Amino acid sequence: MRWDLIAEAAPDLLKGTWVTLQLLLIPLALATALSIPLAIARVSRLWWVRALPAAFIFVFRGTPLLVQLFLIYYGLGQFETLRDGFLWDNILRHAYWCAMIAFTLNNTAYIAELMRGGINAVPHGEVEAARAYGMSGLQAYRHVILPRMWRIILPAYSNEVVFSLKATSLASVITVLDLTGQAKVYYSMYYEPYDFFIAAGAIYLVLVFVVTRILRGVEWQLNRAFRPPKTVAVATAAAEAPGPAPRAVADGRTAA
Amino acid sequence: MEPTWAYGWMIVQGAGWTLALVLTVIPVGLLLGLLGAAAKLSPFAPLRWVADGYTTFIRGIPELLIIFLVFFGGSRVVMWLLEGIGLPDVRVDINPFVAGVIALGLVQGGFATEVFRAAIQSVPRGQIEAAEACGFTRWQIFRHVTLPQVWRIALPSLGNLLQILIKDTALISVVGLADIMRNAQIGAGATKEPFTFLLMAGALYLMITTVATTGIALMEKRANRAYRRA
Repeated sequence: MRWDLIAEAAPDLLKGTWVTLQLLLIPLALATALSIPLAIARVSRLWWVRALPAAFIFVFRGTPLLVQLFLIYYGLGQFETLRDGFLWDNILRHAYWCAMIAFTLNNTAYIAELMRGGINAVPHGEVEAARAYGMSGLQAYRHVILPRMWRIILPAYSNEVVFSLKATSLASVITVLDLTGQAKVYYSMYYEPYDFFIAAGAIYLVLVFVVTRILRGVEWQLNRAFRPPKTVAVATAAAEAPGPAPRAVADGRTAA
Repeated sequence: MEPTWAYGWMIVQGAGWTLALVLTVIPVGLLLGLLGAAAKLSPFAPLRWVADGYTTFIRGIPELLIIFLVFFGGSRVVMWLLEGIGLPDVRVDINPFVAGVIALGLVQGGFATEVFRAAIQSVPRGQIEAAEACGFTRWQIFRHVTLPQVWRIALPSLGNLLQILIKDTALISVVGLADIMRNAQIGAGATKEPFTFLLMAGALYLMITTVATTGIALMEKRANRAYRRA
């Protein structure tokens, strides 16, 4: 390792890290928002409602992200009407925005599939209970099914976020100067294959660590109702105490 | 032949390299995965540390970066090793296929380690004790009791890994393997019809992943045949 070279590259690597974070967070936020209606449509009982989301998910999960990225960045240029349009100059000509679009679509497919599994895993009795209280379909989703789904999918969701973070490195192939892109630039300047790639790898590891920690915190927060009571002694003392049973016991949630 | 057709045919030929890469990486990944899982469950702490470090790195670093490291850095390691055994001045270049096998094999091995570890741990303890009571050696227990069940339990996750592998092979085109992706780009550049050619490449990948999923589903059915009525 040559630390002087790494020190020289450090500012650019950090600049690349910032781009990588943008390529992670913006598509992720958009994809998560898009996935909710898509997943709900995907579990519909009407075949013509679920057909389109199912096809979208199948295609985007079954093909390499690199193909999707190239289709948007290089492929769309084939259509002249598109090249003359407003979108071209402002968005589709720029590798950065093409990467954003490709990552959003790709993430949407994976997250929607995850949510489909999560929605199906919500116990049927809870949905029936919601309907029995007179909730409309939308209300049941809003207050019962979706919150429950989040708790179910969160561990898998955080895996997805890590995959998404690693996938952002593909943007470097279409000339975006993200973390991998910057490392590649420095590699071609000095022909030192280890220093820059290892430095970039170390930054990715830190990012993965931070991201998984944050999501674990969210998981802990969402599961607060299901945590075991702080100490066993307090729980038994409360159970034996006269008067109305404490809330946690009454709800039967302590067992979880 | 029309140029479009000729370039289209090239993409199909590229599928040969893609499939060759997939089929070569599978055994490498499975073997590394089994070794990694064995190391993770070993009573010998340093082995566990090595395996933990391995999976942490593999799961935290982008595949593309690992491919660059192996492809650009690999030849230097090999030359350095050759120098060590008294062969200086031998120029070695790692070709894209070999780099792909090493890089993707390492990636698959890292993920397979976790899959196998979880599967091995889910084999009920009582069965191991029963085998010990019958006088099985450790290796016999692994071979006749644990491994057959690990296969059944791990198969769905291994199917997911296969999907990831098939799609990851496209990345090797970046360092120059003439696979589906690379040939699609060549066709796209030559005919000025990038959308058509990339769409063909996408369709081909979709066919391969679909066949793979179907194959894994059949294997799962076979592996679970003893449990079908349970």
